[in-house]
Amino acid sequence: MLEIKGLTAEIDGKQILKGIDLTIPQGEVHAVMGPNGAGKSTLSYVLSGREGYEVTGGTATFFGQDILAMEPEERAAAGIFLAFQYPVELPGVGNANFLRTALNSVRRARGEGELDAVQFLKQARAAVKKLAMSEDMLKRNVNVGFSGGEKKRNEILQMTMLQPKLALLDETDSGLDIDALRIVAEGVNASRGPNFSALVITHYQRLLDYIVPDHVHVLADGRIIRSGGPELAKELEADGYAGIIGEAAEAA
Amino acid sequence: MQAVKQQAPSEALKGFLARYDGLRVRLPGNAAPRDAAAALLRDKGLPTPKEEAWHYTNLRSVAALDFQEPIADTQAGVDLLALLPKVEGPRLIFVDGRYRPDLSTSPDGLEVKSFAGTGVFGDLTKPERDRVVALNTMLTEDGIIIDVPAGFDAGFLMLAQLTSGRHRRVASHPRHRISLGEGARLVLLEVSAGIGEYLNNPVIEIAVAEGAHLTHGRLQQDSEDAFHLGTIYADTAANGVYDCFSLALGAKLGRTEIHARLGGEQAAVHLNAAQIMGGNQVSDFTTAISHDAPNCPSRQTVKSVLTGKARAVFQGRIEVARIAQKTDGYQMNQALLLSPDAEINSKPELEIYADDVKCSHGATVGALDPEQLFYLRSRGVPADQARMILVRAFLTDAFEAVAHEGLRDVFEHAVEQWWATTGKDAEAPAA
Ligand SMILES: Nc1ncnc2c1ncn2[C@@H]1O[C@H](COP(=O)(O)OP(=O)(O)O)[C@@H](O)[C@H]1O
Ligand SMILES: [Mg+2]
Repeated sequence: MLEIKGLTAEIDGKQILKGIDLTIPQGEVHAVMGPNGAGKSTLSYVLSGREGYEVTGGTATFFGQDILAMEPEERAAAGIFLAFQYPVELPGVGNANFLRTALNSVRRARGEGELDAVQFLKQARAAVKKLAMSEDMLKRNVNVGFSGGEKKRNEILQMTMLQPKLALLDETDSGLDIDALRIVAEGVNASRGPNFSALVITHYQRLLDYIVPDHVHVLADGRIIRSGGPELAKELEADGYAGIIGEAAEAA
Repeated sequence: MQAVKQQAPSEALKGFLARYDGLRVRLPGNAAPRDAAAALLRDKGLPTPKEEAWHYTNLRSVAALDFQEPIADTQAGVDLLALLPKVEGPRLIFVDGRYRPDLSTSPDGLEVKSFAGTGVFGDLTKPERDRVVALNTMLTEDGIIIDVPAGFDAGFLMLAQLTSGRHRRVASHPRHRISLGEGARLVLLEVSAGIGEYLNNPVIEIAVAEGAHLTHGRLQQDSEDAFHLGTIYADTAANGVYDCFSLALGAKLGRTEIHARLGGEQAAVHLNAAQIMGGNQVSDFTTAISHDAPNCPSRQTVKSVLTGKARAVFQGRIEVARIAQKTDGYQMNQALLLSPDAEINSKPELEIYADDVKCSHGATVGALDPEQLFYLRSRGVPADQARMILVRAFLTDAFEAVAHEGLRDVFEHAVEQWWATTGKDAEAPAA
């Protein structure tokens, strides 16, 4: 489904991704772990089409389609969703309006009918409840004055509503206490199924106790240096990144 | 005394003066103020950028043109009605500066008189200090005169000034007077619109008596080839409210100048505005608020959204007289530049003679935030719609100041329409 081959990318002329190979089959959840500055967020931005990230080589296809040539909104319509590491505040834009505009945009692009205000609110209220959010959050401006945890939940709320085929979750666990972490994980797990895949980016193993991945990849200095099963995350937790990065360097 | 070099009158002024000479005996009312205005214009001409108040807005393009007298054509108005915002309620329609009762519906319980019928000038304007007003004084033929009786809530009223420059380059100079008696209320939507090349030069004198409340919405949607020079003088007595929101979208060159005086304790003035411009448009919002009584608040939120090579001007002067202790003034001026060639000129001016006052003012200039844009687009929102959402968000605090829902809808709709026809295409991002 998602197939990344030899992907290299730079920011401001500085190479960040140095040749990524990664395949995520339909229905699978893969974790990408790695130290700060490894290029994890860069990978998620390149896949979702953020400006300023220049792809210098390699390919990325989604259901056979070259996504690197697509606009961000086209990728969203195709079913890619990025939960931001740092969700963006939109003063002056109501959260409910934002959600409905987003939902109807992708529905339109997918050839599905748009939802009217009543249908939308019904769906949104149900999703809000599942994520143990207060309904008040629909009335507030997007992410404005939200706590760190509220922002992350708001990302998962958007994911739940937009029903992507591939979710890129960039450190969705950071800044969450254990209860919030559980709720967010449940939100993701509820989406799991044959038509949903995820790339869970995290710095810590903790999240992977709740969202158990099918595969774990270690990203360091712009490359995937090891891949394995869920046990790899445990190994990292015990030994830290230094050991693995050292091994990879020796092997090279 | 220093000799003043007299300039040859401009093309436009020559025409205006000649028209005055021809029309003088037929114009309604007292000729004395008109003669004084004509003498002033003959002496000083139209304002030039050498004068401080006109430093940023050059009337050269107006002065170079020859404007004609509108022809009384009763068919002309009908098709112009399509330019009006869709809103229910009574409407007073002017076409080419003349009241058109045949196109108007009078408000319930209000007596509407015309300037053509009474010919009485108000005493709030200062034609001797303001030559754009002098031009109006010299040539005005008609206007509306409304006195809302004390204690009466007159509800909503639209006042529309339509001009057709389709066949002739015309100039119109409507002269309105609106007075609210003690405790009276009125919601006025003033609309300017038209077709082709013309000058629309309305003057409104407003008196808000004690405890009265005027909500004044202005929608300037004059044609892209038109010139708009609108002047308002408003006087507010104790506990009265003059609440004005001015949205400028139209005209090749437009200026709205508002002089508002707080003349009694606890009077309040709001002069909020949005100027949304593209292409080579120039839009000027110039205000002077005089605090002449203690304990009065004044509020201004002025937003400019500029694309193409558009330029906007905001000049905001606040004068606080010695007597005006406990004045609470707030002024915020923000511009969103959607293109590198757009420009904003702003000049706040505080003149404070009282010692116990709170006056704050601020200004910001910025572009759309690429991170916000990407956030919206990553959620599937197409780029042009994402930009519109952010433009609309930028305008939020100015629009929120419009408490009357019907008015706010008119403004929101006008902005959406602007985006769909003008803004959207002007700003496709550089690939
Ligand atoms: N906008 C940017 N401009 C320049 N360098 C950047 C920018 N964003 C990230 N980088 C650099 O790219 C590298 C990878 O960053 P990032 O993808 O955020 O790492 P991670 O998410 O793994 O912590 C880091 O060295 C960081 O300094
Ligand atoms: Mg990161």
